[in-house]
Amino acid sequence: MIRIEKLHKSYPIGKDSLHVLKGIDLHIKEGEFVSIMGSSGSGKSTLLNIVGLLDSHDEGDYYLNGQLIQNLNEKKAAILRNKFLGFVFQSFNLISYKTALENVALPLSYKGIARKERLKIAQEYLEKVELGPWAHHLPNELSGGQKQRVAIARALATKPKVVLADEPTGALDSTTTDSVMGLLKDINDEGMTVFVITHEEEVAEQTKRVVRLKDGVIISDELTSIGKAKAKAL
Amino acid sequence: MFDLDRWREIFQSINKNRLRSILSGFTVAFAILLFTLLFGIGNGLQNTFKKEFAGDATNSVYIWAGRTTKPYKGLQSGRRIQFKNDDYEFLKKEFDNEIQFISPRIQRSANVTYKTKNDTYTIRGVYPGYDVLESISMADGRYLNLLDLKSKLKVVVIGQMVEKDLFNGLSAYGKNINLGGIIYKVIGVFTDPGGDSDERYIYMPYTTMQQIYGGNDNIGDFGMTYNPKLSIDAAIAFGNKMKRALQKRHDVSPNDQRAIRVNNYAEDNRQVSTMMLGLNILILVIGFGTLIAGIVGISNIMVYVVKERTKELGIRKALGASPGSIITMIMLESVLITALAGYLGLVVGVGILEYIGPSLEKYFILNPGVSTSTVVAATITLITAGIIAGYLPAKKAAQIKPIVALRAD
Repeated sequence: MIRIEKLHKSYPIGKDSLHVLKGIDLHIKEGEFVSIMGSSGSGKSTLLNIVGLLDSHDEGDYYLNGQLIQNLNEKKAAILRNKFLGFVFQSFNLISYKTALENVALPLSYKGIARKERLKIAQEYLEKVELGPWAHHLPNELSGGQKQRVAIARALATKPKVVLADEPTGALDSTTTDSVMGLLKDINDEGMTVFVITHEEEVAEQTKRVVRLKDGVIISDELTSIGKAKAKAL
Repeated sequence: MFDLDRWREIFQSINKNRLRSILSGFTVAFAILLFTLLFGIGNGLQNTFKKEFAGDATNSVYIWAGRTTKPYKGLQSGRRIQFKNDDYEFLKKEFDNEIQFISPRIQRSANVTYKTKNDTYTIRGVYPGYDVLESISMADGRYLNLLDLKSKLKVVVIGQMVEKDLFNGLSAYGKNINLGGIIYKVIGVFTDPGGDSDERYIYMPYTTMQQIYGGNDNIGDFGMTYNPKLSIDAAIAFGNKMKRALQKRHDVSPNDQRAIRVNNYAEDNRQVSTMMLGLNILILVIGFGTLIAGIVGISNIMVYVVKERTKELGIRKALGASPGSIITMIMLESVLITALAGYLGLVVGVGILEYIGPSLEKYFILNPGVSTSTVVAATITLITAGIIAGYLPAKKAAQIKPIVALRAD
């Protein structure tokens, strides 16, 4: 699903440049539940942004769903994001003047789905994250956990190939963290590829595979206990 | 290409971000309001100008003769130039195309008596039709006619003030009055928009005057109107040509400014039209200045709007919005607000002009208002401005990488 080979990325800082990713090799198969661990500055967010087509890489190859990503203009990137990727951000990134339902329906409108149809789909996904009764509330009327569940519903609504979650629990307390992680686990169980970035061990432990990043290189890549159990079961 | 979904998005965005929408709308509405008011008031000033000056600046030309100030062709300076009847015939023949109407004038003052009352008035001997030149209108009786002229009748037309002074409020029409010892019959009483002093003249056929006061064919000066079809430049050229022709006839040096003088209203007309042009330019500058201020205002606000929405645009892009759809969204919003607010400003501006217009007349502002074409042009300019003002920041926003946009707060 995601194949990354010798990926490099640097950011210009004044006259110098900061080398953030120094040759990353990563292969994520369909249906995996992977977490990227690392302290801040390790390059994990940069990696997610490149995987999510929100940013471009300098060197190396990136294949998304078998397609080589190169010379992507904004328009093509937008189409690919809409088709293959669903995003969950730490700060939720809901549009403040739209209701939960409209937020979930928004990516569907960029797919060209008619209003009636997309509101129906959005309602289904809200039910799925157990927020059906909150459909017509604005984001600021929802709790942090509820907001993140709306964001997850939004990420799922377009039936993407991969859900990318950047510190999805970073702004949540432990109870809501568990419920959000449980939700991500559920959708993974349904076959969705889920890619989580986090710096919390407890969060990483709930995924099936942990990739540890330090100073722009991968230092370890192993299955978690859950992942091992799952692998055994197969 | 009417996309209900797209409009729904725009209306939601405008409606849910009311402060922002109202602020940007206010800038535009205010600019257009000012534009309308200033343009309207400028037009009002121009209307006054037209009425006061253009109406008065007729196509009149007057020619006087004086004494020469320069020796010429062996003749000494200080010689008195005297127009004669043949000068009149000459001008009429020579400038047939340029002259609309010409009248010789002979002017002298005389002691005028009716019964016991008497006073001194200026008597003018003229050609019938001279009334047009002075914008005279008859209050009683008639003006001089060709028969009076040919028969050299002793008839006069007197001004209203003469009647008032000498006739004790009674009608002067048909009465006989005594002008320096000779009895004339009053055949008409006139009024003159020029006021009291112009209503103290007494007119009689110039032929009568030549016969009685001098027994010669001397003429004092000429009053005429030039062909209204002449352009101002042509009319001024005509005046100069006439002056040179008369100088030649009377052996006057071409450099002599005093011997023959021409007062050509066309020159005043030129001044008036130059001033009108100046006023026009002023109005245009004010109008476009206001519009440009408005355009700059919208542009600033659009830049701000895009900046404020950067994060939202980043979210939309992460969710799959194409740059094109972002540009369209921002521009349609900008154009919609601009058009609506601009229209509101126009309506309010026109309303204010209508309401306060009549009370401005004492400040030399007559019928202030803007023409439909100006209104349409201003609206189109604004919508264009809205498009441009929206396009540049929208394009920039659409080019921002979503990751940069998402980081914005």
